[in-house]
Amino acid sequence: MTFDYAPALESRSIVDIKASYGLFVDGEFVDGSGTSFKTINPATEEVLAEVAEATEADVDAAVRAARRAHTRVWSRMPGKERAKYLYRIARIIQERSRELAVLETIDNGKPIKESRDVDIPVVAAHFFYYAGWADKLEYALPGNGHSGTRSLGVAAQVIPWNFPLLMLAWKIAPALACGNTVVLKPAETTPLTALLFAEICQQADLPPGVVNIVTGAGATGQALVGHPDVDKVAFTGSTEVGKAIARAVAGTDKRVTLELGGKAANIVFDDAPLDQAVEGIVDGIFFNQGHVCCAGSRLLVQESIADELLTKLKRRMSTLRVGDPLDKNTDVGAINSAEQLARIRELSDIGEAEGAGRWSPECELPTTGFWFPPTLFTGVTQAHRIARDEVFGPVLSVLTFRTPSEAIEKANNTPYGLSAGVWTDKGSRILHMAGALRAGVVWANTFNKFDPTSPFGGFKESGYGREGGRHGLEAYLKGGE
Amino acid sequence: MSRIDVRKTYKLFIGGAFPRSESGYSYQVHDTKGAFVANAALASRKDARDAVVAARKAFGGWSGKTAYNRAQILYRIAELMEDRRPQLVQALRQSEGLTAARAERALDDAIDRLVWYAGWADKLTQVIGNANPVAGPYFNLSTPEPTGVVAVLAPQESSLLGLVSAIAPVIVTGNTVVVISSFERPLPAVTFAEILATSDVPGGVVNILTGSAATIAPWLASHMDVNAIDLVGIAGDTELATSLEVAAADNLKRVRRAPAAEPDWSADPGLDAMTAFVETKTVWHPMGV
Repeated sequence: MTFDYAPALESRSIVDIKASYGLFVDGEFVDGSGTSFKTINPATEEVLAEVAEATEADVDAAVRAARRAHTRVWSRMPGKERAKYLYRIARIIQERSRELAVLETIDNGKPIKESRDVDIPVVAAHFFYYAGWADKLEYALPGNGHSGTRSLGVAAQVIPWNFPLLMLAWKIAPALACGNTVVLKPAETTPLTALLFAEICQQADLPPGVVNIVTGAGATGQALVGHPDVDKVAFTGSTEVGKAIARAVAGTDKRVTLELGGKAANIVFDDAPLDQAVEGIVDGIFFNQGHVCCAGSRLLVQESIADELLTKLKRRMSTLRVGDPLDKNTDVGAINSAEQLARIRELSDIGEAEGAGRWSPECELPTTGFWFPPTLFTGVTQAHRIARDEVFGPVLSVLTFRTPSEAIEKANNTPYGLSAGVWTDKGSRILHMAGALRAGVVWANTFNKFDPTSPFGGFKESGYGREGGRHGLEAYLKGGE
Repeated sequence: MSRIDVRKTYKLFIGGAFPRSESGYSYQVHDTKGAFVANAALASRKDARDAVVAARKAFGGWSGKTAYNRAQILYRIAELMEDRRPQLVQALRQSEGLTAARAERALDDAIDRLVWYAGWADKLTQVIGNANPVAGPYFNLSTPEPTGVVAVLAPQESSLLGLVSAIAPVIVTGNTVVVISSFERPLPAVTFAEILATSDVPGGVVNILTGSAATIAPWLASHMDVNAIDLVGIAGDTELATSLEVAAADNLKRVRRAPAAEPDWSADPGLDAMTAFVETKTVWHPMGV
């Protein structure tokens, strides 16, 4: 006999979504002059709000506000005072965490257990961590001392839709701690928590113009990145757009950090603790519907245990609960947009057409909204598109290897280099593999762990610069690399 | 009748060997007063590609050496330069028009710079690496790793001190390099290559092409197996620098931008030339019993 889960819905009454939102410029919400757009709940396709589109002129006003705030207020404020504003923001985020989590889940589609237990707590932790750096910058960059405490100026920041508020925190917290002011553009499908964050800035009495939020799509982002008066561009998103940004800033003095795509190998050796590895594989690719740049999307399993591991993995995948993101039992939520769903379907169909074996557990998907079942492909070769292209969805490609050197060869056979996973009980092998993998983050016997103190960022075409930790300050200080 | 001297042929340095340019071209090199000194090989696109292949091939071995070993190998280059002082002073006087005293000082600085960088091999990780106190039961360590194959456009004016100051910080961390020498002052770079060839630097770690940055650099900037590029050698040429930066975006090379003017190479270089070409790798592992 089986026991069914009773629904355990998180109430959405805690959030008060307005019918329409303006831009947040110079401490106030103002109308945008572009064509406003709708943001929807991807789990239901319900329209949540109308959001203003920032035109070039709106972006210019925001950059000017940020420049004024930098020159007159923020860069002159002693670090210990800046710190207190950031601590305030961290505390308000903690106090309003339930509201932020529910809003994030509604606008993004991610399970409430993830927004509640991962996204929002890490957001608060990020502000708390960088708050403490604001008055200690002379110790941050080796060799720079007090001359290394100068801010860059105005930072243009463009963030993706997969971790909307967390990516905002990764960008804004270090920028502000170092004395920069920011103009941030959230993704067009997930603007709501950034706009709630603007309210939090008001609540914290943050001086006007220190944080500005401009909403819009690609054109707004281009106007922001290309604005001649920004000193720093920070972007998280696709490698394709990252390259366009690198070209756009060529020949300027703008400093740039790019955190881009990935196609991480998750390598399982025959001596690995298999049940733990299965949990890590599931976390690696199905966390946040696989909308994770560092997702472990290529499982490399040692040939001798491939069958056993796959059996366990399929059994575990069959227990994943796909459905209402607000249900606290949900493991896999909604795909963020129709466009992303189309891409996942297309690449999966190509995987099948190219001869890989497709498998998903039986699961009933809701009839409205955007959904894709947890999926794995077996018999994948390195030439297959699903082994090379970033799917950015809950799709795992399974490859096998025989020797450690073959695993390294296959793992590194990608233009990306963001993350990698290694599962083995042998310590010396972990360290050997960690050294040989060309990736910015290596998770050994774990996966998809994040912390404000820990630098994150890629090798090769996964971008440059680091976010998090002491290294994350370099991107926002003069004299930083 | 006086003895006829044996003149030296100046060649490229690729993979530890000294080939002529596959193009068959060379160009005349003059001293600062305009007198002919020698012909130098005019490196071509194909030479640049061969050099990248050699640099890539050498990367695994070089980056895999212990930091202590790399430190000794760089220090050994300094020893050999000291050993060849008269030759290098002569080359500097010829190429840069320096007085004997100034040439001696430029050479002193170049040798001292190598010794300085050699010492960084096993210290940079300690200075810019980090143990991270994450909020959970995990070991978490960040360390710098070499970026890979780095193209260096060497300075046009400072033909030895500038050259050494551009190469040493790149290789000391485990990168391999393809260098385009000063166009008008290429001969000290070739002599430096001859020193490298008799040192303990493995073939392919440093590859030196003589010729024009404007001609060869676009091929390196757009080469998909080059990971980074230092544009210091085209200081002040914003148009070329911009086009190379655009080309470098094809595979998101790390770019060290061209300064407005050639730097003062006698100044303390700081860490920037090293940190521009390392990647921070962070390793997590759970702690538990």
